[in-house]
Amino acid sequence: MLPVELLDEGQHLMAVCNSCRYCEGFCAVWQAMETRTVFEEKDLNYLSNLCHNCSECYYSCQYSTPHEFALNPPKTFAKLRVYTYELYAWPGPLAKAFHRNGLKVTLLMVAILVAVMTCASYILGGSLFMTVHDGNFYKIVPHAVMSIAFAVSGSFSALALLIGFARFWCNVGESYSTLANPKALITAAKDIFTLVNLDNGGDGCSYPTEKSSESLKWFHHSTFYGFLSCFIATTLGAFYYFVLGQHGPPAFTSLPVIFGTVGGVGLIIGPIGLWVMMQRRNEEIVDKSQDGMDLSFIVLLVAISISGLLLLVLRQSAVMGSLLLIHLSFVMTLFLTMPYGRFVHGIYRSGALLKWSLERSRKPKAKASS
Amino acid sequence: MNDLSGFDVLVVGGGNAGLAAALSAREGGAKVVLLEAAPQWFRAGNSRHTRDLRCMHDAPTKVMSGAYTEDEFYKDVLSVTNGKTDEHLARMTIRASTECTEWMSTYGVRFQKALGGTLQLGRTNAFFLGGGKAMMNAYYDSAERVGIHVVYNAEVVALSVTNGEFQNVTVLIDGQSNTVCAKAVVVASGGFESNIEWLKEAWGPMAENFLVRGTPYNKGKVLKSLLDLGMESISDAKEGHMVAIDGRSPKFDGGIVTRLDCVSLGIVVNNKGERFYDEGEDFWPKRYAIWGRLVAEQPEQVGYSFIDSKAMGKFMPTLFAPYKADTIGDLAKQLKLPVEQVEATIKAYNDAVQHGTFNHEILDDCKTTGLKPAKSHWALKIDKPPYYAYPLRPGLTFTYLGLMVNDRAMVLMKGGERTKNIFAAGEIMVGNILGMGYAAGIGVTIGTVFGRIAGREAAMQALNPKSASDAAPEVAVHATR
Repeated sequence: MLPVELLDEGQHLMAVCNSCRYCEGFCAVWQAMETRTVFEEKDLNYLSNLCHNCSECYYSCQYSTPHEFALNPPKTFAKLRVYTYELYAWPGPLAKAFHRNGLKVTLLMVAILVAVMTCASYILGGSLFMTVHDGNFYKIVPHAVMSIAFAVSGSFSALALLIGFARFWCNVGESYSTLANPKALITAAKDIFTLVNLDNGGDGCSYPTEKSSESLKWFHHSTFYGFLSCFIATTLGAFYYFVLGQHGPPAFTSLPVIFGTVGGVGLIIGPIGLWVMMQRRNEEIVDKSQDGMDLSFIVLLVAISISGLLLLVLRQSAVMGSLLLIHLSFVMTLFLTMPYGRFVHGIYRSGALLKWSLERSRKPKAKASS
Repeated sequence: MNDLSGFDVLVVGGGNAGLAAALSAREGGAKVVLLEAAPQWFRAGNSRHTRDLRCMHDAPTKVMSGAYTEDEFYKDVLSVTNGKTDEHLARMTIRASTECTEWMSTYGVRFQKALGGTLQLGRTNAFFLGGGKAMMNAYYDSAERVGIHVVYNAEVVALSVTNGEFQNVTVLIDGQSNTVCAKAVVVASGGFESNIEWLKEAWGPMAENFLVRGTPYNKGKVLKSLLDLGMESISDAKEGHMVAIDGRSPKFDGGIVTRLDCVSLGIVVNNKGERFYDEGEDFWPKRYAIWGRLVAEQPEQVGYSFIDSKAMGKFMPTLFAPYKADTIGDLAKQLKLPVEQVEATIKAYNDAVQHGTFNHEILDDCKTTGLKPAKSHWALKIDKPPYYAYPLRPGLTFTYLGLMVNDRAMVLMKGGERTKNIFAAGEIMVGNILGMGYAAGIGVTIGTVFGRIAGREAAMQALNPKSASDAAPEVAVHATR
């Protein structure tokens, strides 16, 4: 449940913004706001997830702190967002993980997984420090074990994220039938893939500082497309294994390796860029309590990519076994924490953009604008 | 401490006009220092509350639709000012307005696309992306880039002038008194709307109850100093832009959100529970412009707009929620108004309402008969609960008493002689063109046009005083290019 103070803060923000509307040229949030006159919790949940945190509005605002109206849209929306993450989390009791999902917990989880896998490997008579001359991972961790472990954790994650999306979708007042709208889906996909709301007609946005910059957009693209590329690599790998029956390690020139390498590089540049921006950002407009969540997500993505790329280079050396266990532990940790960390922003923001795309297709515009 | 010596041009005031002047003076090659009274976050005077400027254009532009010709623009000026304008200065401003958006763009000011959003004025006005504060942020960034020296918390309290020649200013920087000299000065320090004492001199004790929609930093000290030094004044201390705003708004700096657009949808009573003016007389913006004064004339300078459920959703959302009750009596009680009188006023009004076809877009035929004062349009019975009410107070936006200037933005002395190196731009001279009334966005237009002229002329005067003072008035035409 949204704490009363935060509901008040959100409603105060909307009362001022909707009677001002100077920001309507910036992003979808303000255009979506203008079609409303009442702002209940569900509206705030929707609008806060529609916010991309570009912060243009904050610097343009005649009412931002220290004005007595004390507006701070990016910060208020950030605080609201994390509450929606908890609200939609499945299974419910794990919602609290968002506040505990710091770097320490993440690293502890990685360590436990490494320990468990090492023990299991010894118990099962695995050959952890053996040099595998053909670079075949499956001599260290049998393919069946790897597939089953990741299929189970991956499915759990996917299910949790799906349920989260469903909860978001119903909470903001949509029904499942509205999803069957190909035109709206395409528009939303375009907004998601281009990050048009961070673009401002090519000027970029006011993050990390007031000066217009496109770095948030490009580092996010690097992260997002890097992730997508790795996902494709993994899917292709499974396809090669199960469908084409190629059980050996894929060649350096094979598609899974190419996608994985490109994605891995993207997932190093992107998250590190986002981290550097975090160090330079204006602290006034962020909810610092979410730093742990951001940092652990960044560290995991970078660690997975570095260990993954090292694994590719060193797959025929004696360190391959330990490296593999470490890499798999990072990936497993990512899978297990995905539904309770920064990753979910992508699910709900995509949902919000889809709802916005549907709302645009539904206009007539609200009377409130006359 | 800042070294504030050796500058060619001093600009007093860091709003739109001041920055336009500073940037233009810099274009002309002058070394420029700008003194801004406010701290950095609240810089830019009333410009931080603006949103758009009115521009002449003969064909659609990137940021405005259709065409808005010189004659139509001038007709609008005549209509809002009731003819109280200077045709020469007004037409010059209108013509120069054609280049404003392009010039502003070169300094990083961004505009909303034409026809974008929910704007009603997309033909006549160009809207800043993100509003006036965003515009001013772009200007200040550019000022830094081109090397204009800006000092915040720097309140100019007096000028020294001998024989029409500016010598120096006395300025409190972070409360400490300094003297700053320059070869020419541009005063762009706004009006005096946040100087309650001065307002009381003009309006009497009632001014105590005015709300000031704009910056609290416009004390008019520069204006007063120059008038005391024998400069010719223009317009009158009681002229300005005053509208009826939500009575719960902050004393200062409430800006656009204090607006209330529901007057014409119901009735307005004073604190005795009586109506006092025809709420359906005319459209916004004429209605908008007169209601501030109407409320100012009522006891305690308050009014109360009463509407019923039929009106809800027909006007812009408001900052404060309305008072609400299921009966008129309860609503009046909440507002501490004489219950019986309010009930009687609304009954008399309802009885006088004639049947008609309601249309808020035109001057419709819904009116009262036999009622004094009448409501001549949009008169619907107030009979559908729940009922709502908003308190009203006069909200002063800006003042028109100012310095008389010529078309080179030179400040004129009593008797019409021009000063040598004193130029004015923005609200401090807006009364030359607006003797009364207001048209949306025209303040920024006048500020930009005169800011550019003043900056260019001040630079010429500072760098090449001989040719500048000898130049014919037509130089101004050149200066607007």
